[in-house]
Amino acid sequence: MELATYLAGGVALLATVLVITRTDAVHALLYFIVSLFAVAVVFLLLGAPFVAALEVIVYAGAIMVLFVFVIMLLGMGPAAKLVERSWLPRGIWLGPGLLTLILGVLLAWVLGQSDLAVPTGRTVVGPHEVATTLWGPYLLGIEIAALLLLAGLVGAFDLAVRERRPPPGWERERS
Amino acid sequence: MSGVPFDHLLLMATGLFLLGLVGLLVRRNVLFMLISIEVMLNAAGLAFVAAGARWQAADGQVMFLFILTMAAAEVAVGLALVLQLVRRYRTLDADEYRLLGRS
Repeated sequence: MELATYLAGGVALLATVLVITRTDAVHALLYFIVSLFAVAVVFLLLGAPFVAALEVIVYAGAIMVLFVFVIMLLGMGPAAKLVERSWLPRGIWLGPGLLTLILGVLLAWVLGQSDLAVPTGRTVVGPHEVATTLWGPYLLGIEIAALLLLAGLVGAFDLAVRERRPPPGWERERS
Repeated sequence: MSGVPFDHLLLMATGLFLLGLVGLLVRRNVLFMLISIEVMLNAAGLAFVAAGARWQAADGQVMFLFILTMAAAEVAVGLALVLQLVRRYRTLDADEYRLLGRS
């Protein structure tokens, strides 16, 4: 069980490295789906089958399909891949990579100092417990989430439907 | 279920989050920036679920549900914005979007 969790976590990390280094958007998306599946396996092994299912259905299903549709609408061909490669010279990884590495080492050190090295629980928290918690103490959160989804729906519709012209002078200023 | 130490799971979430952060900082393509944000949100969700498993409470999973809702709404609006920007500027380069206020 422990080994499976570490293995799935390793797959997730490796797939995510490939996500941020790919030049082809579709390849990046496919690797991201692999990463999401690996995280879903971790959830399952942690005794959270409900969110594991949601991870696959909502994240790997709905959200990724949205990305694929947008990539299809944008029509990114082989030329886009070359442009993407020209945007990613070797040296560009150095600054952000180094800084986030420092952050990661610091965070790992802090985690090592704390007394968190206890095993996670061995019981399954199923959909029933999640649902009773969700509709009990977190009822207001549900209402806010519903409002957020409605706002997202209206916003996405309004943004995607209307045709807007580029501002005057944009072509001239573009270097 | 699995007796993995809680701090190892937090390290896993940290690694995923930092990878998303590097992607967000390095990439110039808005689409990849959105994907990186999704990676970071997913890492936050993993930390919540791990904490829920640590204390055997359903609250972590409830928080993951809220993150999921937020990510779905964010991605819908974000991708609509990307479509609008591409229609307007004919490029995905985030560096080119510097005339937003003037229209």
